[in-house]
Amino acid sequence: MATTEADTEHQRVSKAGITAFLRRSESARGLALLGPTMVIMVLALAAPLGLLAAYSFWSQHGWTLDTHFTLDQYTRAFSRQSYRALFYRSLWISSIVTVVTVLLAYPMAYFVAFRVEKSKFIWLILLTIPFWTSYLLRVFAWKVILGYNGVINSGLMSLGLIHAPLEFLLYNPTAVVVTLAHAWAAFAILPIYVSLEKIDRSLLEAAADLGDGAVRRFLRITLPLSLPGVLGAAVLIFVPTTGDYVTPSLVGGSNGVMIANIIEVMFDKIGNWPLGAALAMASMAMVGIITLLSVQAIRLAVGKVK
Amino acid sequence: MRARGRADGVGLFVYAIFYLAFLYVPVLFLPLFSFNNSTFISFPLSGFTTQWYVQMWADDEVQHALANSLKVGAAAALVSTMLGLPAAKALTRYRVPGGTVMLGFVNLPLFIPEIVLGISLLILLNTAAIPLSLITVVIGHVTVCVPFAITVLMSRMEGFDRSLEEASLDLGETGWMTFWRVTFPLVLPGIVSALLLTFMVSFDDFLIAYFLAGTQVTLPIYIWGQLRFPYKLPTVLALGALILLVSCILVIAAEWIRSLGVRGRRPVVGA
Repeated sequence: MATTEADTEHQRVSKAGITAFLRRSESARGLALLGPTMVIMVLALAAPLGLLAAYSFWSQHGWTLDTHFTLDQYTRAFSRQSYRALFYRSLWISSIVTVVTVLLAYPMAYFVAFRVEKSKFIWLILLTIPFWTSYLLRVFAWKVILGYNGVINSGLMSLGLIHAPLEFLLYNPTAVVVTLAHAWAAFAILPIYVSLEKIDRSLLEAAADLGDGAVRRFLRITLPLSLPGVLGAAVLIFVPTTGDYVTPSLVGGSNGVMIANIIEVMFDKIGNWPLGAALAMASMAMVGIITLLSVQAIRLAVGKVK
Repeated sequence: MRARGRADGVGLFVYAIFYLAFLYVPVLFLPLFSFNNSTFISFPLSGFTTQWYVQMWADDEVQHALANSLKVGAAAALVSTMLGLPAAKALTRYRVPGGTVMLGFVNLPLFIPEIVLGISLLILLNTAAIPLSLITVVIGHVTVCVPFAITVLMSRMEGFDRSLEEASLDLGETGWMTFWRVTFPLVLPGIVSALLLTFMVSFDDFLIAYFLAGTQVTLPIYIWGQLRFPYKLPTVLALGALILLVSCILVIAAEWIRSLGVRGRRPVVGA
């Protein structure tokens, strides 16, 4: 009797030991599987970004790199009027693009999530195809449309509606906004769609049963619950568009130049890498701060709607 | 209430159609003018021709750039999917300490402007005295492709029944054999889809390649170079139209394959 009790006790102990071991080995195996990817991403992503940060605190004299710590590059980046104007314009353009793109995408995502029943898959494919196709070509299409002899001008002229090409279409900030809003449209739809799709439909039914109208239901249930998707979409658009290079280069003209264009020049023709690194770091820092602040502000604002 | 809902539905449907038009019509001007018999890209259309396609195809530079893009795309797709597969398995199947942080880190390229990824890798390669080549382009593309590969593979792995793997382990199969005979066939559509989509991301990328290719030319870099010459535009349109067509086919294939077996019915396990 005593021996069997000891046996079961022993078994229990060893069982606990095995579970503990399994749990430990589970995380060990997980880490082992993640290992190669993490090593590559640290080498090809974290290390370069670290070096970029380091460069921004160095300086360049002619062809030689001076690795003494200095804040000169940041002083220059913030004090020169032309750089400040570029920061300001980049942030302004991508803010407008973000708001426009999210506002346009929301009803579209809402339609697919709540109104489409059988052909959801087809709608989702139609909306994701542009997401995966050449960004360069989508931007180029707008140069073709807005150009001096482009689709709009030549179309209106052959219809006899105008007699000379409209010059204000291409090479200005508005052209950049329109092109970016089109090029990034697909990025907004998916996150918003996913958060709308997750909403428990019985909540809406309950609200309807308790007498809430469509507007109240939307404001008190749908909108707050889809907020993570909206904010995700906004961040996914705002952050990369601030640093967009292709669009301002192709349709921006001299008045539509953005910060990425000057960064490219620093790494190409002028060859002042530390200053280019500082401009890149500064713009990412500004984008980061603005993103955090506005996400918090929007969360608070929507939380107040009751 | 019902009628109201239906009226909303119609309004939203009309909006959705306009939205699709906004997404697609601008891009459709590329194929339209690529068949136009004029060097000027303007209305009225002057006549049908396929000469731009013939010219484009006869161009050695185009063929060379295409070959480079195919090589880079294939390599980037293979490497990023091979890296994404174990990572996605770890993140969906095991409780890994710090897993969410690592996933966030790996997804970072989605939130960093491409120009920053390009210049920072350029600095690193320059510091390490690694010469720029197609291989350095592949390295750059892998960093942007890995998040996509992991996302696609994780969604696939979350989509099927975990008990199938457990059953295999309970029946005495080893971890490796379980992966090979149960997990792999179930995840295969996700793998194919991840390969196709990461290939597309690499094939279409201009900016990272622009910084990391050195003297090599990929297709987007070639196109970029041609945009300065107005008389070259028609052939660029032809090239662009072809790229768009192939991309559409690949994306549709990728999304269709990815959805195999996860919509409504249980996945079929291959022997």
